Amino acid sequence: MRDCISLIPSCRKVDLLCPDCLAPASVDKLIEIRDVRHAYSTASGPLPVLAGLELSVREGGFTAVVGPSGCGKSTLTRLVAGLMIPDSGDVYLHGERVTTPRATVGMAFQNPVLLEWRTILQNVLLPLEIVPTTLSQRAKEERARSLLALVGLEGFEDKRPSELSGGMRQRASLCRALVHQPEVLILDEPFGALDAFTREDLWQIMHELKAREPFTGILITHDLRESIFLADQVVVLSGRPARTQYVLDVPSEAPRDLDMMYTAESADMLATLRDQIRIAREGEAQVAQTSSGASQ
Amino acid sequence: MSMRKLLVPLIALLVFLLLWEALVWFNDWPNYKMASPSDLLPAYQRYWGLFLTMGWQTLWRTVVGLLLAVVVGVLLGMVMGFSRTMRDALYPLLVGFNAVPKATVVPIVALLFVGAHDFNTILIAFMISFFPIAVSVSIGLSTLEPEYRDILRSLGASRFTIFRKIALPKTLPEFFGALKVAVTLAFIGTNLMEIVSPHGRGLGALFDSGKTNSDYPLMFAVLIALAFLGIVLYYVVVALENIFAGWAERAQD
Ligand SMILES: Nc1ncnc2c1ncn2[C@@H]1O[C@H](COP(=O)(O)OP(=O)(O)O)[C@@H](O)[C@H]1O
Ligand SMILES: [Mg+2]
Repeated sequence: MRDCISLIPSCRKVDLLCPDCLAPASVDKLIEIRDVRHAYSTASGPLPVLAGLELSVREGGFTAVVGPSGCGKSTLTRLVAGLMIPDSGDVYLHGERVTTPRATVGMAFQNPVLLEWRTILQNVLLPLEIVPTTLSQRAKEERARSLLALVGLEGFEDKRPSELSGGMRQRASLCRALVHQPEVLILDEPFGALDAFTREDLWQIMHELKAREPFTGILITHDLRESIFLADQVVVLSGRPARTQYVLDVPSEAPRDLDMMYTAESADMLATLRDQIRIAREGEAQVAQTSSGASQ
Repeated sequence: MSMRKLLVPLIALLVFLLLWEALVWFNDWPNYKMASPSDLLPAYQRYWGLFLTMGWQTLWRTVVGLLLAVVVGVLLGMVMGFSRTMRDALYPLLVGFNAVPKATVVPIVALLFVGAHDFNTILIAFMISFFPIAVSVSIGLSTLEPEYRDILRSLGASRFTIFRKIALPKTLPEFFGALKVAVTLAFIGTNLMEIVSPHGRGLGALFDSGKTNSDYPLMFAVLIALAFLGIVLYYVVVALENIFAGWAERAQD
């Protein structure tokens, strides 16, 4: 039997022959994705997007997923949210197969999708209108207000989304994703459309939220610095169809302020990730070449 | 409403009437060529009773036709907005139906339901005005970004809840935009029926009798009365829009 191929002690490459990688769904892993394959049916035939996806996130962990655009990252979030079921393979939450949406998930996207006809407070309260809860209206509002205060939106509760800046809207959208105290927070490129300064503000806010709220996170991102700044594990996906190409563990003792970006250790991690992204994209180009060659 | 908001359109109206009067006066046009505003007043004075009854007939039939168009248009729009197949199936049919000039439909409808004048008029008003409503609602629903749906669906919300909490309110601005077009179209439909297939009811009939009696000021007076009713209905829709979809205007600022 082979061992996992370890390049750097803190890094691990997924190997399908490795016994650890094939261990039964364990409970301390809050999210487990096992050899998931999926193809969308499109007008020009099936489009394979996931081909051997492996991912596990421990309870309270925060995993960033990076990969070439269009490789299937959003599809991954939809699987975890139970919005779709893969063709094969399984997604587990707490060792239980995910087959339908569940109220213990919160989502935020690049587009904050706030409802323009509601105030910020009413927007944040939206999940509590859907999820069964015993909270009184008063308690719900208190919860929403305290979250808004935490992200620096105190005083904006009664404003409309159109009166807020992009960064503020994204903060409100984070509050909405967290208001019902989800076990799993799924973020699909939430800071992608923001300018660099606003983005760094939101990274800090994410740390504050992580310290205060007991969620387990999955963050899809294009920004490698963001991934090592926020996550304790970075998963690199190959080009479409995506499989797990590389897993990087970010040491937990790494300082979580912006200065961390300039340490030698961070530079190493970033170089590794950049390398992996390059490999993923080259693989993608090769796949495109061979498939166009076959069709000729 | 501020003083200015009321004053500006009133002054514009006054300027328009003065220009019209001046145009007729300078060209020395006789009444049978073009009546001037000063000729209209006597016409209204002479026939004010007729204007009230006929105006009311035109108004209620237009409104009922429009309400019918709203109900059918919204239902069609929902069917087409939620189902791709239904959209592909119904869209060409509706476009073809909308392309048929309604003036050609009037005699057919009049023959189909002989004597049912109110019903016929309402039918034409409905047929001419439901199309923009159906299209706008279907576009509003089908272009709803998937993230909006996913936010609620990921929490286990039902399709109906998603429709009620997100799709419906989000489509309201498009709906009212279409309703403003439909309100004018419904008016055209009502008058088409009243004029092309005269049956002695509505402002269209009054117009027709002005024509047969060569009472040109009366014909122009009817046109102005129609314009007035059109404006009133249009602004009723605008008021409803401000109440139910006022947020959309604020969002654009
Ligand atoms: N519902 C769908 N039907 C067909 N193709 C889809 C669908 N959703 C996504 N795709 C395609 O699948 C691929 C992966 O999509 P996605 O998961 O959104 O990628 P990413 O988020 O990594 O950019 C893309 O090429 C996209 O065009
Ligand atoms: Mg995506």
